[in-house]
Amino acid sequence: MQFWIVQSLNSLAMGGLLFLLSAGFSLIFGLLRIPNLAHGGLFMLGAYLGATLLGGQMNFWLAALLSGVAVGLLGVVLEAVLLRRLAGNEQGQVLVTLGVSFIIADLCLMAFGGDPMPLGAPRSLRPPVFIGGFAFPGYRLVVLGCALAVAVLLWLLLERTRLGAMIRAGVDDREMARGVGIKVSRLFSAVFFLGAFLAGLGGVIGGPILSAYPGLDADMLPLALVVVILGGVGSLPGALVGSFIIGAIYNFGSALFPDFAYVVLFLPMVLVLVIKPTGLFGRVLR
Amino acid sequence: MNMRVIGGWLLVVLALAAVPVALPSAFYLGIATHALIFAIFALSLNILIGHAGMSSLGHAVYLGVPAYAVAWLTVQAGWQPVPTVIVALLMGTALSALFGILALRASGLGFLMITLALGQVMWGAAYRWVGLTGGDNGIRLPARPALLGFDLSSALSFYVLVSIVLLIALCSLWQFDRSAFGACLRGTRDQPRRMSMLGHNVWLIRWAAFITAGFWGSVAGVLYCFDYQFVSPQALSLPQSAEALLMVVLGGAGTLAGPVVGAIIITVIKTVVSSYVDRWYSLLGLTFIVVVSVMPRGLVPGIASWLRGKRA
Amino acid sequence: MTLTRRNVLQASAGAAALALTSNQARADEPIRIGFLTVKTGPLAAGGIQMEQGMLAYMKIKGNKLAGRDVQLIVADTGGSPQGTRTKAQELVERNKVHVLMGPVAAFEALAIGDYCEAQKMPTLGVAAAEDMTQRHSSIWFARATSSSGQCAHAIAHYAAKELGYKRMAVIGDDFAYGHEQNGAFLRVFEDNGGKVVQKLWPPLNAPDYGTYVSQVKTNIDAIFMSFAGSNGFRFAKAFNEYGLAGKIPILGGMTAMDEAILQQTGDDGLGIITASFYSPQYDNAANREFVATMQREYKIDPGYYASGPAVEAAILEAALLSVGGRIEDREALMKAVRANVVENTVRGPVRFDSHGEAIGNVYIRKMVKQGGRYINNVIKTYPDVSQFWTYPEAEFLANPVYSREYPPAKNLES
Repeated sequence: MQFWIVQSLNSLAMGGLLFLLSAGFSLIFGLLRIPNLAHGGLFMLGAYLGATLLGGQMNFWLAALLSGVAVGLLGVVLEAVLLRRLAGNEQGQVLVTLGVSFIIADLCLMAFGGDPMPLGAPRSLRPPVFIGGFAFPGYRLVVLGCALAVAVLLWLLLERTRLGAMIRAGVDDREMARGVGIKVSRLFSAVFFLGAFLAGLGGVIGGPILSAYPGLDADMLPLALVVVILGGVGSLPGALVGSFIIGAIYNFGSALFPDFAYVVLFLPMVLVLVIKPTGLFGRVLR
Repeated sequence: MNMRVIGGWLLVVLALAAVPVALPSAFYLGIATHALIFAIFALSLNILIGHAGMSSLGHAVYLGVPAYAVAWLTVQAGWQPVPTVIVALLMGTALSALFGILALRASGLGFLMITLALGQVMWGAAYRWVGLTGGDNGIRLPARPALLGFDLSSALSFYVLVSIVLLIALCSLWQFDRSAFGACLRGTRDQPRRMSMLGHNVWLIRWAAFITAGFWGSVAGVLYCFDYQFVSPQALSLPQSAEALLMVVLGGAGTLAGPVVGAIIITVIKTVVSSYVDRWYSLLGLTFIVVVSVMPRGLVPGIASWLRGKRA
Repeated sequence: MTLTRRNVLQASAGAAALALTSNQARADEPIRIGFLTVKTGPLAAGGIQMEQGMLAYMKIKGNKLAGRDVQLIVADTGGSPQGTRTKAQELVERNKVHVLMGPVAAFEALAIGDYCEAQKMPTLGVAAAEDMTQRHSSIWFARATSSSGQCAHAIAHYAAKELGYKRMAVIGDDFAYGHEQNGAFLRVFEDNGGKVVQKLWPPLNAPDYGTYVSQVKTNIDAIFMSFAGSNGFRFAKAFNEYGLAGKIPILGGMTAMDEAILQQTGDDGLGIITASFYSPQYDNAANREFVATMQREYKIDPGYYASGPAVEAAILEAALLSVGGRIEDREALMKAVRANVVENTVRGPVRFDSHGEAIGNVYIRKMVKQGGRYINNVIKTYPDVSQFWTYPEAEFLANPVYSREYPPAKNLES
């Protein structure tokens, strides 16, 4: 019994972490149709910035916010300088974003060295919580809460605000949006800022669990892809559900089928995609 | 065949023949050989990316599996080189037929993800199935075998073999490009609906392309094993797949010369430039960014259109 | 592009020609050491420390070994077998090095094993793959550090005999290095009366150890971890998150809690006991100077990765002295490596067995906080530890190499 409860909690917590990781990727891909393969690099950069700020005794949440903003601004620059002129050129976008992620990885190695850097969770959230006689890390529940809060805020932003309406209009029909006086390029900057901001923020909030280390980007990017594809491309609710499904598959899969630990994420994904190529909640993929 | 085409091919042959003369040592000839093997590999992936319009992130499967097959059959089963090579090619090709059925359930990003997932599954299997693959310790091929009496142990003889195979690959892919099938394949890339309305079986055309790509990938895989005389799960890894994709896109997808140029550039940065530049990894990333910013369709189409512009 | 490429090739052609002429030996030409390491990508942490260790040691030596100048040529393999192969060829064929050191990872070392053998290239390795000095040893290869199992044997003995543990779990990266360490631990621990009741194998790319930590049995005396790189650090953190710190003690292999990551690990690592062939606390002149130089130049205590090259360099120097500085006489050099007893390396005295593996001290260390810094405090030294532990060599080598399944774990509880 305890096994099922703990692993369920693990799955939920990891699902939250995965949503924080993949929400920005899903947003940029869904709204702008840009496969931003630098997303793992941005996530890692957020983690490193967070580790540095926390090392200077900054408040955890402030550090998370600041790192998110810094990474978000970098995203704006990337979009404006490199990606805008590649609209519709998917191969070019892949090449550029991978190029950016190579550079981020190499510069992080240069700036922060190769050794892992810890990110301490806020002291009050560190002690384990006791649930029915066994311990579960309290901070992981906080991560779950953060993920749900981010999901709600994103939904409100996109569905309930003027900015959200403008973004949706600009994505659906650029010319029309221009016609009614919306500056589409600013909207694209806004979306990219938001997507990259979420990557940076996720890197810090996930940091106490993952730490910042070289290779974090390469470890995380496939996970983001898996979540987004499984949930269905461009669907934020899909990304949320996909995150929790992947969290559950990973935790129960590696515990119940230890011999398949290396393929525990990708084998189910092959099955799902072969049966339903658009992902669980996706519309038609391009 | 007009004179320009013949002249073009003659130039390629001459260039390949000049490499051993121009390079100062066997070491550099070895690097040229690495580059040409990856050129064959990138050419095979280009069938999918350039001609069929389907980006794969799992192509390393067809590099790694035949390479494992060569190593295993030679070392564990004690087979002769010729049957070993044939069976390795068959295995890689058969696997591509199977994986093609799975991956072609989707197109676009779905296709990309299924190929990525299949690649990760094979990578995980190579890591985990230690009894067969030796795990991360890999399998060593003690020596390059003699193929049909052709001794491959020297750098020069192996280079000659690889360049001949590259020439055959270039020739047949050139023919492929000009054939009715090639035209159909491009049709499925640009106008899939229309192709199927015209009575073509789009799925079957794509599947055939997938298998062709798998076959040429396997050819590169066999040569890869002979070249490095070592196979480990890294031959099947996502970075290996991504690198091939980068080679194709960097040089220019859909062109014959593009993948070759891309393979040469990336190999040279990784092996030669890295000896002089500490931060070569950043340089590699910067190269991608600069090339795409200046020539959004890749180097070869970019240079071609620049030359045309100059002439006009 | 063609232009650039040609320039690159011409430039290197010039360099190669230069190397060739200088190779037409003047006896006083420098000793060329080819140093294979990783400076880019995820393995770079250990690789960079390896380079730092070597640079620090050569600085102490005034860049001379046995009176001859040393030219160190560092090559970045990028952490791949292909890259290692290419770089090894470059060092051997283009740079004409006299001896190779490195590379970092076992799969890199195995990728060039045959090549070094065929080239008769004296190689002083640090990667721990068991069989390189056991079932597939070569006269051209020697390792002055440790095989995977060498330190794990010692800490298994310590766990059973000194700590009196009876029931333990083992966890390790699911690849050869983890398998070999856990196999070695299991054998010695069970031969000394302990029982390994649980084995856990997180894959190398496990994003999070939470699911594994919550599987660890709670009715065990301790857990042994054999992780490489940053994984030990991450596991220890997860272990504490789940409130297991202080309840279940952690023991670890030689890379599980390296000096380089102690300060980052902080309180999460306190009390973890690990075994290594090296300790910055070992007290001799060579090590005092080495530790001081590392701290001055790079602000870190040397650990597994940094100390390896310093030991190898000392071995090389001793062998050079035995052959009168003639590094060109490769066969004599490698014979001298195996024949010498070198008393004053930074890890203490080192001699070699007939397979080219070092016999030397293994230190059992406990992580503590001292004067505001975290250190691995030596609590016991096992002297003259052989890679075969106390087992007869012939019997040891007749067994299969340590693996996920060997030795079989007879006491697993579901």
